[in-house]
Amino acid sequence: MFQSQLKSRAKMKRRQIIPGFGLTFGLSLSYLSLLVLIPLSMIFIYTSQLGWDGFLKQISQPLVLAAYRLSFTTALAASLINLVFGTLTAWVLVRYSFPGRKLIDGLLDLPFALPTSVAGITLATLYATNGWIGRLLPFKVSYTQTGIVIALILIGMPFVVRIVEPVLQNMEKEGEEASAVLGANRWQTLIHIVFPKIRAAAFSGFALAFSWALGEYGSVVFIAGNMPFKTESAPLVIMQKLEAFDYDGATSVALVLLIASFLILFLINFSQWLSKRKFADQ
Amino acid sequence: MTELSLSQKTHNFARVKTPMKLVLTEPKWVQILLSLIVVAFISLFLILPLIYIFAAALSSGIHIYLNSITSPETLSSIYLTLTVVATVVPLNTFFGVLLAWTVTKYHFKGKSLMITLADLPFSISPVIGGLIFVLLFGDHGTLGKWLMAHNIQLVFNTAGIVIASLFVTYPFVARELIPVMESRGTQEEEASLILGASTLRTFFKVTVPNIKWGLLYGIILCSARTIGDFGAVSVISGHIVGQTNTMPLQVEAFYNGYQMEAAFALSSLMSVVALASLALKGYFDWKSSRTRSIDIK
Repeated sequence: MFQSQLKSRAKMKRRQIIPGFGLTFGLSLSYLSLLVLIPLSMIFIYTSQLGWDGFLKQISQPLVLAAYRLSFTTALAASLINLVFGTLTAWVLVRYSFPGRKLIDGLLDLPFALPTSVAGITLATLYATNGWIGRLLPFKVSYTQTGIVIALILIGMPFVVRIVEPVLQNMEKEGEEASAVLGANRWQTLIHIVFPKIRAAAFSGFALAFSWALGEYGSVVFIAGNMPFKTESAPLVIMQKLEAFDYDGATSVALVLLIASFLILFLINFSQWLSKRKFADQ
Repeated sequence: MTELSLSQKTHNFARVKTPMKLVLTEPKWVQILLSLIVVAFISLFLILPLIYIFAAALSSGIHIYLNSITSPETLSSIYLTLTVVATVVPLNTFFGVLLAWTVTKYHFKGKSLMITLADLPFSISPVIGGLIFVLLFGDHGTLGKWLMAHNIQLVFNTAGIVIASLFVTYPFVARELIPVMESRGTQEEEASLILGASTLRTFFKVTVPNIKWGLLYGIILCSARTIGDFGAVSVISGHIVGQTNTMPLQVEAFYNGYQMEAAFALSSLMSVVALASLALKGYFDWKSSRTRSIDIK
């Protein structure tokens, strides 16, 4: 931390060589403030007007608590599944070659490009009891928590793969070679050499997918079916409260989600800083 | 890039020289098993839904399909979405490039804070992205009274949709550009300036050619997100059919009205756009890796 501060101070003393800093910085900061910072601060300002008791009253409603629990557990389940399959997918795409590899690699970004409402209605009909997949399954998926998890798996799929993939591509093979020369079997090499190198990236991807899943609305709303206490996640509650013109409730629920996103973002930055420092020490 | 290819070379070399047989990859059957698992996972969660969209859209024949994509509701939603894209994408491209330029070409304190703040719309719920503008501009909002007195309506209409989309897609261009511009450094721009070119000329003649493919991909991503945004627009649009329904909202309206063919027909149009943007991404990646390898030579 201290070192990087020193470094940036040394950089500060260097004269800006390219002209136009004032103009571009000023314009960027104004746009950022007008579009992002001031509007976002509305959530804090609005909730602070409710007072601490008012805020607590809003978020301790049983319906809201159930929604938080649902959002948290479904997001966690989906991003854990994506962590496992995402790491595996990245490994397979980088290290192996098989027919269709390029196609799969290209299609992986689809959840980012496809509108969430399209993904939502598609999954809802596919997994409905008379849908292509739903009729093959012995249990109900649409309008249950399983359905929500499936929607969240789909929309969070690219995160882990896209973060782990470049790390694997840039990884030197010397470590693996040394480990093999010294007599380790493949499994030991994977656990002790490869895994530590991709751990930080995989965690970042997991945390991003989790944060994205916590706030997801479009793909969830159709498959969830909006049953209060059972399949109503936190963003759905915000929407429902807004439709009933309950701005106090909607804003309070949103504030908690917002703080959760900030915390996750902080965790990601912190873990990246940790791994960078470790890297610098080596 | 050079580093990578060098290490690959030494790696091949080492493999030839080592007499001992090294286990540097998994057994063949493990490779096949893992590949099959990945293919099955992607097919189930990604490819099957994609096929289903087109199957459902065409389930009642091509005639119904053509009728649904030329219905007045569909056309008006396409028109509205295009209007929003035409406003949002140029603005966010301009400010995205400006942000990337500011944080990569100058040295100042708080740079990483600025990047983090600019990235916020990416990591918070789109529903919150809509909510904040309702709080700001809505009838009960902070500026609501003033806006009403001046007869300006910024929520529940196209203006609101544009503002919410601006918020949601703000980070996309800069996210793509910052890594590219950071790795390029500032020497080329400095050289151009020393040789007497103006800053603007330097930007267009030196910076833009270097970041061209990243920039194009950023614009594609920004457009795709603008077309597809649902949560934020859903909050701020107020659901007035034929007036403030963008394409994703119209999909919802059709679906809730049990007009499945129409919902999936419109979905298939958006899927084609999504697939086209992925294909373009692949093309840009290929182009930029080619230019990079030529640079190294």
